[in-house]
Amino acid sequence: MSLSLRSPLAKVLGHGSAKEGVHHWWVQRLTSVALVPLTVWFVVSLLSLPSYDHTTVVAWMRQLWTAVFLILLVLTAARHSQLGVRVVVEDYVHGSGMKTLALALVTFFHVVVAAAGVLAVLKVALGGAA
Amino acid sequence: MTDRPLSPHLTVYRMYRYTLLTSILLTRAAGLVLSAGLILLVYWLVAVASGPAAYHGARDVLALGALKAVYLILLAAFSCHLLAGIRHLVWDTGHEIEREQAKRSSLLLVIASILLFVGLAWWALHAGGHAP
Repeated sequence: MSLSLRSPLAKVLGHGSAKEGVHHWWVQRLTSVALVPLTVWFVVSLLSLPSYDHTTVVAWMRQLWTAVFLILLVLTAARHSQLGVRVVVEDYVHGSGMKTLALALVTFFHVVVAAAGVLAVLKVALGGAA
Repeated sequence: MTDRPLSPHLTVYRMYRYTLLTSILLTRAAGLVLSAGLILLVYWLVAVASGPAAYHGARDVLALGALKAVYLILLAAFSCHLLAGIRHLVWDTGHEIEREQAKRSSLLLVIASILLFVGLAWWALHAGGHAP
């Protein structure tokens, strides 16, 4: 098969791969592996809560491991989501101006979501929402 | 058309012939739904952190009947994306990657996703009847 994914420039320069190209792929895989136990834990523990009133939820979030897993879930899910939405934007949004703008907004948005989620969990876990 | 591999695009692939591609597009769509779910999750966490009064207000919104459909869609997207993601990880090890194997696993994926979704939805609806 004569199909090659290398660009003509890369062939001419002959430097080989700097191993940077797989970064997106690798982080997407790493976060997906982490999200398997994290999301399963979250769904099971959320559905196992006896009630969703404020007192019950706060008591749940104040448990050390709940807070740890929730923070990891928010951070990992935000990173995984950002990488995933990025690919969708790259594939389906056309026009370099629109694409760049959309990618920037996607990134900013995920950072805000991650920061808000982590701070919310920390605030409750450290006793700020009694 | 180029001879390079293309991203799964509605107008490029002969989707109707390959359940495989349907399942890949579905994985992307489910991923987007879960991204929206992440926003909902963070909204809920921020509401908890904002104290009982704010949480009460947010709960009125989150407990709306119309949102029940949203939670079911999220559970469906979760079931589908989780299992499809695991299949992607298996593919990455170089297994099950032949055409016939992939077609077979597509069918398996659809069946397993539906079973997982039905199980989770049943649990969610019977978890005391209290939407979050």
